[in-house]
Amino acid sequence: MTATSDPIVRTEHLGRVVKDKVLVEDATFEVHTGEVLAIVGPSGSGKSSLLRLLNRLDEPTSGTVYIEGIDYRQIQPRELRRKLGMVTQRPYLFPRTVEENLQFGPMQRGETLSHESVEQLLARVGLKAYASRNVANLSGGEAQRVSVARTLANSPLVLLLDEPTSALDEASKLEVESSIQNVVHDQGLTCILVTHDTAQAARLAKRALVMESGRIVRSGSISEVLHA
Amino acid sequence: MLKFFTSNQLYLGLAQALIAASSAMLVVLLARKRGIHLERETFIAMVRGLVQIVAVGSILLLLLRGPRWTSGFLLTAMIVAAGATSAGRAKGVPGAFRVSAWSIAFGAGSVIALMTWFGVIDTAITSLVPVGSMLIANAMNTNSLALNRLRADVLAHVGEIETALALGAEAKNSVSPYVQASFEASLIPAIDSIRSLGIVWIPGLMAGMLLSGARPVYAAIYQFVVLAMIFAASGLTSLVSTLLIRDRIFTPAQQLSLQPGR
Repeated sequence: MTATSDPIVRTEHLGRVVKDKVLVEDATFEVHTGEVLAIVGPSGSGKSSLLRLLNRLDEPTSGTVYIEGIDYRQIQPRELRRKLGMVTQRPYLFPRTVEENLQFGPMQRGETLSHESVEQLLARVGLKAYASRNVANLSGGEAQRVSVARTLANSPLVLLLDEPTSALDEASKLEVESSIQNVVHDQGLTCILVTHDTAQAARLAKRALVMESGRIVRSGSISEVLHA
Repeated sequence: MLKFFTSNQLYLGLAQALIAASSAMLVVLLARKRGIHLERETFIAMVRGLVQIVAVGSILLLLLRGPRWTSGFLLTAMIVAAGATSAGRAKGVPGAFRVSAWSIAFGAGSVIALMTWFGVIDTAITSLVPVGSMLIANAMNTNSLALNRLRADVLAHVGEIETALALGAEAKNSVSPYVQASFEASLIPAIDSIRSLGIVWIPGLMAGMLLSGARPVYAAIYQFVVLAMIFAASGLTSLVSTLLIRDRIFTPAQQLSLQPGR
């Protein structure tokens, strides 16, 4: 997809200040359909805070976000969060089976996710035949892939990934990254990836923003941004 | 032994209070040896409790001779004080005082009103105020336990709650396991009190009735009546307070406002 299409996500002077502490300041950027945007920067630079603002888990103190051209304050928070599905650093699976975890999101809207759909979603993240497993018996990498599948079960327009591999060992990290590659690249899902790992950003994204002290200090293609 | 030294009831009471408080402070000293520091909080609580109960006793002496409406005034004042005390156990929880006061007013107040109407509680101030205060005090304890537990559980499970929100769950559904757990935990003391009645303990009210010459069987039955009323008042209070707090820990945009360090 080209960057000339209408942006699916557009932020305008987005910011959040808590008790005089600036978490995010004047963040303005666009993400287009099918694009993978990486947000990179050191710890405490405001990357995760920015992602939380996109999902409206936190309220902006300035600016706003447009989803498909609509100010996101006009969208019901629950519907917004379904559209902008988020995968957190730790998977936080509910203490049930893998299948029940995947059914959680649709169930919130009164929908039932069929067993076939569960199997298809699990196949997309390389976890075929895991549906009946209890999440207590999963490795860190498997749990994070279930978390990705659980978010996909809501059919999001945009996938928000908040440091999805930072809590994993190297082998698990590659497994999860491969699942993300499959979901994002092969199926053209729009994605915003927060990572402090610039090599990972280069592997998964074509465009990047660099944040420092809550501000976007650089943006452009991966090669421009990371080699600047 | 104390009666050998004084026959004055006031001096006797103060000496008894001093000895009882010393035993409590001994426990505090033992806790200190294990690195648990309760000295300041316990000392202040005991001095405050003694001053308050003596002050209330003195005021009661005057009010018990007054018109019946004074019992309503006294019980309302107790509910407000109970709300303030309970709210202190839910630091950082938005509107904890208002929620506590309204919940105790609803829980204890409705049981007091209903039981007075049925004639289970006598309308005389000498009966209504002490029994009402027991219901309010127990409702306060239950409310404190519920709010304290809910606050701790929410703070310990921010990730799980926000994950549920991020998956499109309604705010109330995202915390429902913790609301339920806090409600159940808050009622454990009330349930255990009824369960162990007469076996583990003979409560003060029954002991008092026996000492004042009531028939033992009636004293026993009335003690059960009081504990059942306490359970009803406590349960209603906890139910209302956990539901009210559940709605207050989220913003209108369904964002969790109770967060560590905020």
